[in-house]
Amino acid sequence: MKFLIPLIVFAAISVFLLIGLDKDPTVVPSPLIGKPAPEFTLPVLGREGAQFSTEEMKGKVWLLNIWATWCVACRVEHPLLVELAGQGVVDIVGLNYKDQDALAMQWLKELGDPYVLTAVDQTGRIGIDWGFYGAPETFVIDKSGIVRHKHIGPVAPADLQNTILPLVAELEAGSS
Amino acid sequence: MIKLLTSLVLVLYVASAHAYEERSFDNPAEEALFDTLVKELRCLVCQNQNIADSDADLAVDLRREIYSMIGSGKTKADILDFMVQRYGEFVLYKPRFNARTLVLWFGPGLLLMLGGFILYRSTLSNKEQTSPDAAALARARSLLDEE
Repeated sequence: MKFLIPLIVFAAISVFLLIGLDKDPTVVPSPLIGKPAPEFTLPVLGREGAQFSTEEMKGKVWLLNIWATWCVACRVEHPLLVELAGQGVVDIVGLNYKDQDALAMQWLKELGDPYVLTAVDQTGRIGIDWGFYGAPETFVIDKSGIVRHKHIGPVAPADLQNTILPLVAELEAGSS
Repeated sequence: MIKLLTSLVLVLYVASAHAYEERSFDNPAEEALFDTLVKELRCLVCQNQNIADSDADLAVDLRREIYSMIGSGKTKADILDFMVQRYGEFVLYKPRFNARTLVLWFGPGLLLMLGGFILYRSTLSNKEQTSPDAAALARARSLLDEE
């Protein structure tokens, strides 16, 4: 009976290590999920004097995509966002994070503009409110302004098909 | 000798310098609070570094944010709340004491006690096994005497 003890200990450690293998330590669960989206009012990229406020999105399901021209992974996901915008299923608001307006406008001209508009977070202060740490990040916000999902890193087609789009459809169907 | 001393002084000076920007504080208490906070908070970009050690852009921004919050009279609890609301409990290098972290706080102590208990039990049973009874001792003695 005693010889079983090391075996049991070994099995227990193995189970924990096995669970750990599947987890990505760079993805930190957002405490914002299920909470009201942090509000902001920021200038709109390329529209002199125009301001965007999160208030305007009340009653709509929308995506907030935080991006920058210095972010390589943003370039990776960009074509997918353009494609998604073409489908017209959900509004994508861009948040241009700590970037230069000229570079950002150039980027949208060259690669296509999937955003209904892009808000400019020059200082990165709004990024802090959204708990932003790894560009790009994409949030799903429901009609009453609650954050429902956060995707860290470039959105892959599978993420869109399996997680984001079904969630958007579900939120669209909901009455809230 | 002078050269050696000078280089020693320089080395020590560098070692004591902050890795981050110099800032001026109203009083030493605020400076101490800033130093504790930047050491206790994790940088989300390079997750094995705290905000004090990290060179990441975000760490620079968060140091600035913490500095301005201290300047506006926020307490340590306020600032930790601010960070946890945005980045989750993961930012805290020193986890909070609550139901979810009970195992974290008490686990090592309990394991130590368990280990101590097992050690105590096993040495006790070893002792019992190894202490020979009187008859065996007498036989051993008689065997030795015969030699």
